[in-house]
Amino acid sequence: MAQQVFAYIIHKNGVVDDTALEMITAAGKLNTDASVIAVVAGSGSELDGVCKDVASSFTEVWKIDNEALVYINAEVIRSMLTRILPKEGIVLIPHEHFGMDLAPGLSVKLDAAYIADAVDFEGIEDGKLKAIREEYLGQVSTHVLCDISKGAVITIRPGSFKADESKSANGSIVDKTAEAMEGGIAGDARRFLEIVEAEVGDVDITKSDVLVSVGRGIEDEDNLEMAFDLAEAMGADVSCSRPIVDAKWLEKSRQVGTSGQTVKPKVYMALGISGAFQHLGGIKGAPFIVAINKNPKAPIFQAADVGIVDDILDFIPELTDRINEIKA
Amino acid sequence: MEILVCVKRVPDTAENEIEVNRDGTDIERDDLVYSVNEWDNYAVEEAIQIRDKVGGSITIVTVGDKEDEEVVRREMAMGADNGLLLSDDVFNGSDGKGIAAALKAAVEKGSYDLILTGAQADDGAGQVGGMLAAMLDCPYASLVNLLEVIDDKKIKVGREIAGGNQEMNEIDLPCVLSIQTGINEPRYVGIRGIRKVASLEIPVYTAGDLGLAGDTVGESGARIKRLDYFVPDSGEGAEILEGSTDEIIDKLVELLKAKGGIK
Repeated sequence: MAQQVFAYIIHKNGVVDDTALEMITAAGKLNTDASVIAVVAGSGSELDGVCKDVASSFTEVWKIDNEALVYINAEVIRSMLTRILPKEGIVLIPHEHFGMDLAPGLSVKLDAAYIADAVDFEGIEDGKLKAIREEYLGQVSTHVLCDISKGAVITIRPGSFKADESKSANGSIVDKTAEAMEGGIAGDARRFLEIVEAEVGDVDITKSDVLVSVGRGIEDEDNLEMAFDLAEAMGADVSCSRPIVDAKWLEKSRQVGTSGQTVKPKVYMALGISGAFQHLGGIKGAPFIVAINKNPKAPIFQAADVGIVDDILDFIPELTDRINEIKA
Repeated sequence: MEILVCVKRVPDTAENEIEVNRDGTDIERDDLVYSVNEWDNYAVEEAIQIRDKVGGSITIVTVGDKEDEEVVRREMAMGADNGLLLSDDVFNGSDGKGIAAALKAAVEKGSYDLILTGAQADDGAGQVGGMLAAMLDCPYASLVNLLEVIDDKKIKVGREIAGGNQEMNEIDLPCVLSIQTGINEPRYVGIRGIRKVASLEIPVYTAGDLGLAGDTVGESGARIKRLDYFVPDSGEGAEILEGSTDEIIDKLVELLKAKGGIK
């Protein structure tokens, strides 16, 4: 018999995350006749709305409704999921900040195998799933073989599986709250306090048409001036990747990526940026991407339209001079 | 506060281009520069700052062999008090759970209030901290980018979530946290610091010392195995502009004009 597949649905402010439909595709690659049960946790009428949405694409939806889940704490939901999920199922969870909080520990509690951040599946043979992951910040990929016969928790990289919008279901909603709550709420050793909103910076890069974005390749804080000079010549704004913010050379509001800002420019200049998926995840709207990097194997060249293999510290000033000449 | 920081020695991606070897069985390891996993450095720095504020001691632990000991020593040079090497041939081939099981056994031989890991390492899984916490039945928070000690029973942590926002939590001790880069600015370790700790004895625990059976660690206990390394055939990729710098700039400027990149 096919193993039961579950998809943990992320939602925010009543809106179902894009990863919900991506998990349908992922599940389909596990096993063609798998029916996927969506698991949705939350509270009250907002949860009801989300469940209804989810039931339009999943044939069965498990609902966990409790006030303690208005803001979902991974510690609390993990103990609930451990009570309701069968030990030998396959649980799909999006690999983002919440999934990373929830999933590794859930695999321990369910005594299930764990695959982190899968980007593709290549089928199951003799109870073993062949999956693809990336290592070294996306510089190389690997096939992994995972014994899922006693269950598995698998986090799925957002955006890697194409959303399946073809499935139209009038799914049933099953209230699993009582079972999930058996024995009371556990996990209160970690208590949610508040969300501190990102500081608004001097430039709103989410509104920029043209971005000159710098990464580790800029090497030194003093070299940032080059990027600002180029941006000025182009009429662009300066954004950056995570290491630049970690080094405190630019403010967090200029960081492009899943943990930073989501931008949708027309043109995106990636200067000395390797192109980790967390960074690419913050670039939407299919801009024209120019990548300049001295490492010809940098993953950014796969995402870019045009690439130049060169040291940005040599290239940027020359490009800036040329643009200024043309404009003068 | 007694703090344990779990670290890993990894190929330094800032210093190396990672390439697949000829038959795809491994990455090309000749001439690789190794260092301590970048995330772990932030975890150690955070531990040092906490200890310097509230007292206590810091132990650095890694799972590996004699070569991995160098990163333990390096983090001791940074300011950690003790080192610990979990080393045994039976650990070879461990998956994330196997490593977490070895660390759990080491944790239980000591008494720690706070256990830190990096948010991820070379394999990008970000799994060991969460597994370790679940095995120890203590609370966990991932992607921590702020840490404040409230008292000897609890701490306040900020987690990095989407859109530059931060999720604040209060957590009871003992707990496990995975530390995100940017939480602090790790101090520089000079050659002098390294020399100072060069002759310190670092205790080694074997699987036997830790009371670990072969089916929980190592290849036999691993339910996930890496089959190969490869570079995906990702179709088109970028059109690489070639020629002299002048020629490249000519082409690039034309493209940028056409796409609205020069205003």
